Amino acid sequence: MRNRFFIRVTLAAITACLALAVALVNAQAPAYRAPRAPDGKPNLSGIWQAINTANYDIEPHSAAPSPVLELGASGAIPAGLGVVEGGALPYRPEALTKRNENRANRLKLDPEVKCYLPGVPRAVYQSFPFQIIQSQKHIMMIHEYAGAVRTVYMADQVEAPADSWMGWSNGRWEGETLVVDTKGFNDLSWFDRSGNFHSDALHVVERFTARSADTLNYEATIEDPKVFTRPFKITMPLYRRVEPNAQILEFRCVEFVEDLLYGHLRKQPSQ
Amino acid sequence: MIARLIGTLVIAGIASIAVSAQAPAYKTPRTPDGQPDLQGFWSNATYTPLERPDNVTKEFYTPEEALAAEKAAAARENAQTDPGTVADVHYDFTQFGLDRSQATLARSRRTSLIVDPKNGKLPPITEEGKKILAARAEEAKKLGGRWDSAQSNQLDDRCIIMAGPGPPMMDAAYNSNYQIVQAPGYVMILTEMIHDVRVIPLDPSTFREPQGRPEQGRGTTGSGSPRAESRSDGRLNAPTQVRQWMGVSRGRWEGDTLVIETTNFNGKNPFRGSTENMKVVERLRRVSEDVIEYNFTVEDKSMWERPWSAEALMRKTNGPLFEHACHEGNYGLYNTLVGARLEEKHAAEAPTKKDSK
Amino acid sequence: MNRRSLVSFGVLVLGVAVLLTATIAAQVPAPLAKPKAAVKAAPPPTSKPYTPPKTPDGQPDLQGFWTNSTYVPLERPQGVTKEFYTPPEAEAAMKAAAAREAEQTEPGTTADVHYDFSQFGLDRSQSTIAASLRTSLIVDPPDGKMPPVNAKGQKRAGERAAARKAAGGQYDSVQNMPIGSRCIIMGGAGPPMMNAGYNANYQIVQSPGYVMILTEMIHDVRIIPLDNRPQAAQELRQWVGLSRGRWEGNTLVVETTNFNGKNAFRGASENIKVTERFTRISDDMIDYKFTVEDPETWDRTWTAEAPLAKTDGPIFEFACHETNYGISNILAGARAEEKQKAEQAKKGSN
Repeated sequence: MRNRFFIRVTLAAITACLALAVALVNAQAPAYRAPRAPDGKPNLSGIWQAINTANYDIEPHSAAPSPVLELGASGAIPAGLGVVEGGALPYRPEALTKRNENRANRLKLDPEVKCYLPGVPRAVYQSFPFQIIQSQKHIMMIHEYAGAVRTVYMADQVEAPADSWMGWSNGRWEGETLVVDTKGFNDLSWFDRSGNFHSDALHVVERFTARSADTLNYEATIEDPKVFTRPFKITMPLYRRVEPNAQILEFRCVEFVEDLLYGHLRKQPSQ
Repeated sequence: MIARLIGTLVIAGIASIAVSAQAPAYKTPRTPDGQPDLQGFWSNATYTPLERPDNVTKEFYTPEEALAAEKAAAARENAQTDPGTVADVHYDFTQFGLDRSQATLARSRRTSLIVDPKNGKLPPITEEGKKILAARAEEAKKLGGRWDSAQSNQLDDRCIIMAGPGPPMMDAAYNSNYQIVQAPGYVMILTEMIHDVRVIPLDPSTFREPQGRPEQGRGTTGSGSPRAESRSDGRLNAPTQVRQWMGVSRGRWEGDTLVIETTNFNGKNPFRGSTENMKVVERLRRVSEDVIEYNFTVEDKSMWERPWSAEALMRKTNGPLFEHACHEGNYGLYNTLVGARLEEKHAAEAPTKKDSK
Repeated sequence: MNRRSLVSFGVLVLGVAVLLTATIAAQVPAPLAKPKAAVKAAPPPTSKPYTPPKTPDGQPDLQGFWTNSTYVPLERPQGVTKEFYTPPEAEAAMKAAAAREAEQTEPGTTADVHYDFSQFGLDRSQSTIAASLRTSLIVDPPDGKMPPVNAKGQKRAGERAAARKAAGGQYDSVQNMPIGSRCIIMGGAGPPMMNAGYNANYQIVQSPGYVMILTEMIHDVRIIPLDNRPQAAQELRQWVGLSRGRWEGNTLVVETTNFNGKNAFRGASENIKVTERFTRISDDMIDYKFTVEDPETWDRTWTAEAPLAKTDGPIFEFACHETNYGISNILAGARAEEKQKAEQAKKGSN
């Protein structure tokens, strides 16, 4: 009697284990959970960089020649599948005309050429790393390009007191995601080198979520009723710079553009 | 020397023309991840033209007719290098073993590569296609003479792209060599000229990856059951704005046949007149240790009234493939342009010289 | 800073605090009579030694918004020999400095063309000041002055002067103009961090393994790693050098080398080494000390002390280069002047 009971219990246990095993195999793999920062929030600190060609053109595009002849292949534009969900940007008709004019004159008009602050979200996907320094009241995002810096206010939040190039960012945690809500942009920065632009009504909501130890999922919802017919989303992974001693170095480009901007005002040698 | 070469051709030819004869059912070996194995070095060198010659009506030559056709083609090819001819300035093709008669020939007895339409010729051109061809001719006129600029030269002389990679992959006149390498989820085809690589992502639901041990009893028709999760996730599609010289390809296995679909061409390298709307479907099936059957279907509603198909062969050849650094050593283009400019200069100065005498 | 001098410092600063607000207010012209000056003081000497709060990862907490705005000059003025003013003397010195600062904007003076500094609240008398009774920021050498420049330093100074002369007039090209006017970098960034004439504001944010210092002008960020990583190769040079930090008790010690020499601090060479020490001595004050070492300029090191006082945030974006009309207008004006002169000369010779 005892033996049969024992056998039945064992069988039941084995069955249960098998069922559990099958269930585990079939279940969704759990989402990655980042280590905790000392205050218990997900730790997004580190040096991050996008690897794509969004800074050339956020829409899908083929490879194209350099706008500067002397640079040859070094200045040519690599292809990209695009980072805009849905492919094309939902421009208002008159805005599309302006975008095309921008593109035709991009050497003269692209603020990046002049070493101007890159705005958001362009700063995230330029070919330069940025560092997230995460404290409790403030999360800093420090970009190598032109030393651009964003302060994300996690506490003592106010509305943007004035317009600026990088906007005014207020942040909050939604579970594992850092949500950064930015307004207060001027209309002077571009989204990329292809003339894609915005107005001062720009409103960007970004979501940073760890997807593995060394990658983040980055998503930006962009809204600008003066330029686009509806909001649109940009998505891309961000990769951690894992080499030892990785650090943000200087890219102080003002010096590099002075002759471009002011060279025509240089005193010419007298006859 | 030419006679000796053609003699070699005859001996080799009779032996290998029997490709289309019945052979025992071939079981394509498998790669470790379960794909039919197409790997190795292959040649599609052939004397068979794409379209059936005007004076031919049948689909296959007899073996003797096939050999005669090849001899004639080889002779034409070697004629280039006879001294005193206009083309004599070009180096002797045969000296470097570049002519097809010295290559691994993927020969068949077909009178044309085109198998459909049944007359072995390209289908009629649509009205839209005629307009497009006319517009292209106009554009070409604007570019001026062939030696006016780099851009008015042929694509192969500019070292941009040659006939080999396609798709569809065509005989390249020499160095018609390919290397196929497969890895989980991908087939890579390297074309010797101009080191063009097609990386073809595979729909993984069309074959089963063994879970750490080789599959048993697949046979030649087995295709495996679909995987629980596909890795295709958008990788197999490209947005319409992305256009490439070789288009964008994606592949799948149908039994032992690799099916490759290619779209998103940039239209700058028309294939027999095709536009950027061309779609090419290729089918590769290894029918023996030494031969891959290569079929392709071209569909381009902007150019032809109906799709058309062709059948060619790829024959195993010796590796390795050598680096074809075309652009890096492109003295040809440079020298022709310099020469043309010099000729113009002389022509401009000549009357003056005469006058000054 | 040892405990005794810390206490004395505290006493002196406290003693001065109440006086300054009133006296500076009295000195400044009418529309500015109610300055925002909030002079921060160190804790009274009777309180027990300050224990700074800690960040969640255990670093002493330096975070917040700080200013190093001050009227105290780097070097002791001529005719002054002591280390500390009495409170009335300090007050008088500050009043005089404030008056000089306000003087810029009097009509009819050459500097009149510049906008009215005080109108935008940019002058120090309208800012939070990190006050002190010191007669100089330099605390060592004891005479409050930089050590004499040695032979190498003088030679280099001569070479630099010659290069400047060869480059031509100040308005000949943008590269001849001051680095700050070119919006490349300003004195606040350092290191060492010196008080800017206005907007002398900083934000410190800490994260495990890092201290970040944001300088308002020109949105300069120094990211200081605390992980004992080796210093970068000699070939890598930066305007702000490369910094490495470590905690010694409650003091953050930051060593910086690898400067590029284009923004020479008081004539130093590119091989200058700056060591900074940050110690929070109250909720409202960080004691900031820096030591400068450059054997190619001075035969000894020298040290200065300049407190950082808590101020209100936030820090605003200082997009200097993006709207640098100053440079293009100055250069265009200089070219226009030359053209005018040349045309007049031509007329004269006709």
